[in-house]
Amino acid sequence: MPTITELRASYQSGDLSPSDAIRTLADTIESTDREIQAYISYDTDAALAEAAKADLSLPLGGVPVAIKDVINVKGQPCTCGSKFLDGKYTAPYDAGVIKKLRAAGAIPYGRANMDEFAMGSSTENSAIQTTRNPWDTSRIPGGSSGGSAAVIAANEAIAALGSDTGGSIRQPAALCGCVGLKPTYGRVSRYGLVAFASSLDQIGPMTQTVEDAALLLQAISGHDAHDSTCVKEAVPDFNSFVGQDIKGIKIGLPKEYFAEGLDPEVKSTVEAAITQLESLGAEPVEISLPHTEYAIATYYIIATAEASTNLARFDAVRYGHRSENAANLIDQYRRSREEGFGEEVKRRIILGTYVLSSGYYDAYYLQAQKVRTLIRKDFTEAFEKVDLIASPVTPTPAFKIGEKSDDPMAMYLADIYTISANLAGICGISVPCGFTRTDDGKQLPVGLQLLGKPFAEGDLIKAGHAYEKSTDWQKTAS
Amino acid sequence: MDVTHIANLARIELTDDEISRFDAQLSQVLEYAEKLKELDVSGIEPTAHAYPIFDVVREDIAHDENFSAAEALSNAPAQAQNQFKVPKVMD
Repeated sequence: MPTITELRASYQSGDLSPSDAIRTLADTIESTDREIQAYISYDTDAALAEAAKADLSLPLGGVPVAIKDVINVKGQPCTCGSKFLDGKYTAPYDAGVIKKLRAAGAIPYGRANMDEFAMGSSTENSAIQTTRNPWDTSRIPGGSSGGSAAVIAANEAIAALGSDTGGSIRQPAALCGCVGLKPTYGRVSRYGLVAFASSLDQIGPMTQTVEDAALLLQAISGHDAHDSTCVKEAVPDFNSFVGQDIKGIKIGLPKEYFAEGLDPEVKSTVEAAITQLESLGAEPVEISLPHTEYAIATYYIIATAEASTNLARFDAVRYGHRSENAANLIDQYRRSREEGFGEEVKRRIILGTYVLSSGYYDAYYLQAQKVRTLIRKDFTEAFEKVDLIASPVTPTPAFKIGEKSDDPMAMYLADIYTISANLAGICGISVPCGFTRTDDGKQLPVGLQLLGKPFAEGDLIKAGHAYEKSTDWQKTAS
Repeated sequence: MDVTHIANLARIELTDDEISRFDAQLSQVLEYAEKLKELDVSGIEPTAHAYPIFDVVREDIAHDENFSAAEALSNAPAQAQNQFKVPKVMD
């Protein structure tokens, strides 16, 4: 598929119309998605109706964008990958990012699969369908925004929105070979994003190129009165960072992120990417993030605690699944939630309820919040010495479907390189940086992660684009 | 962990099978989380949000996006007299 930039050029030259683009996408989805299973739903007629009146003078005029099925688009279903909402909920309003996308001329088209309520790292926790990695369909696409990454890799979308609570944009982007950017906490409105962990969630772009990520980020950034955590920080011209020189920028290499547990092939691929950045003028500096080993425990306490309260809204009163076997109101809550939620969601609600419960709050939740302060401090101190931090995104390439399904702990441990950015609230990007090869000769993409200072997404775009331009890893699976 | 008690607090009617499975799996997670207790956090302030966030207040007047009762009820599993309908709470 063309990139956003290429599509816009075709529109300007008259070679292509937005309706053509939607029809081409619809055809590809028809032929490809039976195998990939990345879209939960898509409404081609609605998209064509919008395409017909697209204003091509706008920055994203007539550009179709796939939306993770956790972001409300008025009149469309929003399942969150859950039986609780599947077939039982139609969004009655547009999320903040959708209003902004529409104002920039974009067309939301297609609802991308995800782990149920964004809880997972493989999209296997979707109650709707199992999405396959387009590079090797026996493997997972990553998660929780696995559908958003897979539709790009499989040429079923130009660009997509995902959400990232502990790596859910960057990790699937890495495993599917596309670009994924998690903005700084507060940069983008969360209004209309069905909340998982409110102090960690952030919506961001998933695209074919860094330049496209800049364009999409530009459109969705900025204050929204409907989200009190969305800051009034000025939004720079992100596109102005595309093409900027990276000579002399200091790139920190956290020694804890290149230690035990990192697949040797992933390690050498990421190290080669860092050498490449060095050849472009960047200066690598070894740094330490000493509290890295506590990040996973901290994250899984804080995120589940927040999830247990956020998911209390699924009470079968206002929307969603209502059990037909309930004797009274309490029974209705209990049975509806048992019937509507999948295993991982229930597991996390139980853990979150436990760490917040009387007698355990101080030992787990409060302790984790204090360790979160130490993790933030690690980054604050590191960013006094360096401009960016470079690391792998994932310890291994995409694993086989079913490989970790029965071992939640093993799945959690694979989030080690991405979750700290959410705890610290900083921004990060995953950029394709090469491939590993499986025993049966398949190529699996590897991602380079760059982490930036708060509200310095421009630096991610600058370095990510400089790297991307100097390499040839940007491609799709088919 | 007393999973039955916690499931009751969380208003989820777990099956016996789920209770025993979650007990085993979450014990493993909590055991892993024990490592947080190694750290001396005396004098460390807890972080609730990555950035300082303040209450945002405004005049209590309806904004332009008037969300009608019909729209609010559009996804309700049951409704009556323009309200959400639930099983009887009191006798």
